[in-house]
Amino acid sequence: MAFDDNRLSYLNRLAGKRYFMLGDEACAYGAIYAGCDFIAGYPITPASEIAELLARELPRAGGICIQMEDELASIAAIIGASWTGARTMTATSGPGFSLMQENLGYAVMTETPCVVVDVQRSGPSTGQATKPAQGDMMQARWGTHGDHNIIALSPNSGQECLDLMLECFNLADEYRTPVILLMDGEIGHIRESVLMPDPEQITHKTRKAARPGEDVFGGDDLVPGMVHYGAGRNIHVTGSTHKANGMRDVTTPEVHDALIRRIYAKIDQNREKIVRVEADTDPRGPARIGVISYGASSRPARGAVLAARSEGIAVDFLRLITIWPFARTQVAEFAKDLDIILVPEMNLGQMSREIERFVDCRVQPVSKIGGIPHTIGQIHRAIREAV
Amino acid sequence: MIIRFAGFGGQGIVLSSYILGQSAVFDGKKAIQNQAYGSESRGGECRGDVIISADDIYELEPDYQDVLVAMAQPAYEKFVPLLRREGTLMIDQDLIVTDHNIEPAGITRYSISATDIAFKKYGRKIMANMVMLGYLNTVLGLVGRNAMEDAISRNVPRGSAEVNLQAFADGVTLAQQELKKR
Repeated sequence: MAFDDNRLSYLNRLAGKRYFMLGDEACAYGAIYAGCDFIAGYPITPASEIAELLARELPRAGGICIQMEDELASIAAIIGASWTGARTMTATSGPGFSLMQENLGYAVMTETPCVVVDVQRSGPSTGQATKPAQGDMMQARWGTHGDHNIIALSPNSGQECLDLMLECFNLADEYRTPVILLMDGEIGHIRESVLMPDPEQITHKTRKAARPGEDVFGGDDLVPGMVHYGAGRNIHVTGSTHKANGMRDVTTPEVHDALIRRIYAKIDQNREKIVRVEADTDPRGPARIGVISYGASSRPARGAVLAARSEGIAVDFLRLITIWPFARTQVAEFAKDLDIILVPEMNLGQMSREIERFVDCRVQPVSKIGGIPHTIGQIHRAIREAV
Repeated sequence: MIIRFAGFGGQGIVLSSYILGQSAVFDGKKAIQNQAYGSESRGGECRGDVIISADDIYELEPDYQDVLVAMAQPAYEKFVPLLRREGTLMIDQDLIVTDHNIEPAGITRYSISATDIAFKKYGRKIMANMVMLGYLNTVLGLVGRNAMEDAISRNVPRGSAEVNLQAFADGVTLAQQELKKR
């Protein structure tokens, strides 16, 4: 997909410039680079700066920003807009993300490409509203009801907030599914150096279009083509169980079975294509200790791994960039020769338990809650104790 | 290098930390800036943190600082115990009464009358943060002067760049005099 002239000239003015900006702001620029046409949102700390920047900048780049009455309406608006062919997103934090769960399921069921950014803060409920956490890892996976798969990515720097937004929009279009950028309040609210890419280097995946007469909700491929509103063809879009042609059928078991298994399989069977991790095995040889982390926690985790290595402890490190679908193959491979895996995360072990399911060695959470990320020292001590 | 600016809301504390972080990036260094948000940043003490490094930064919220720039008594009292042993303390001497009992051992102390200078010379106390920035940057040699002047010009209110740069230069001069003495 090429940028239109308006967007291209907007992005050409940014290309190659280095800014000192919030992770939230980098995420917003990532959306503009991703060709986002429409954002609907409702303010919430620590995500407000995303919509705030897009409210100012997206219209200049030819897009539309609407502040909705709440989070339910925000996700409803982006689902509807997506069916007109627009690339759409919303941004929120934990409490707002909870309110979006019902319609997130609607987006899954109607196979609507859209991007939801969740800048995680400390909960449950209003919790420590201004403090960062990573407590929505499982909400992202299972927050909406029913059998489904989801794609979620987690950035650990301002630059990656921008870069992963491009990937989120591409994955959403490629697999016709909602995609979640699972940020955290720490990465969203620190300022770092962010380099604006050259728009000529950006690739946008195009949504597959249904051929005339072809079914929009089934057929031979796991990911069916879409028909956009206003394209001259009547289609029916429903969150109820539907046949391949989109018409409701909530009583035939085979219809539900085929639909849900296909929606599930389109992500499950492409797991190896979707999943991205960053591995750093100890160059000096076999380690018995491994550290797996993601998002803000992965920064001090990596610092601690380097500190431990510098005092002669062999440690392997793995960072999850894709959170869902879970990197089960990569994690199992990483764990092969390890005795123990430490998992620094800003929750009480949400991803630790997921890791445990796919490895034979011991898995120990290094949990930190309370609104302040781990220090390198805290994780370094955990590594020393594991020796 | 981990630097904390602390004072009351309205003293330009967060802006100082932002300018330092941005100028470090302009200067080709790695930097992150963080600040108090929400209720924490209103009314009472206010803080802005900057980490500057030649290498990638892994420590996001360190539990100690190398440098504390304190512009108010409560901020000094709250944060000076978190200063690393042999760290550097910079205070506005007219606003803070130091207490050796709460200070870590072996710190180096710098005291200037930033607010007084700002008020007497420019009629505006708000310029004190620029005096302090010039002083801090010169004493510790954190980032190139051009990079910092560039960052100041970009981030102060329109039409006020010149006076802010003058206040910054006052801080630089004070630091140069102090360094000659030591």
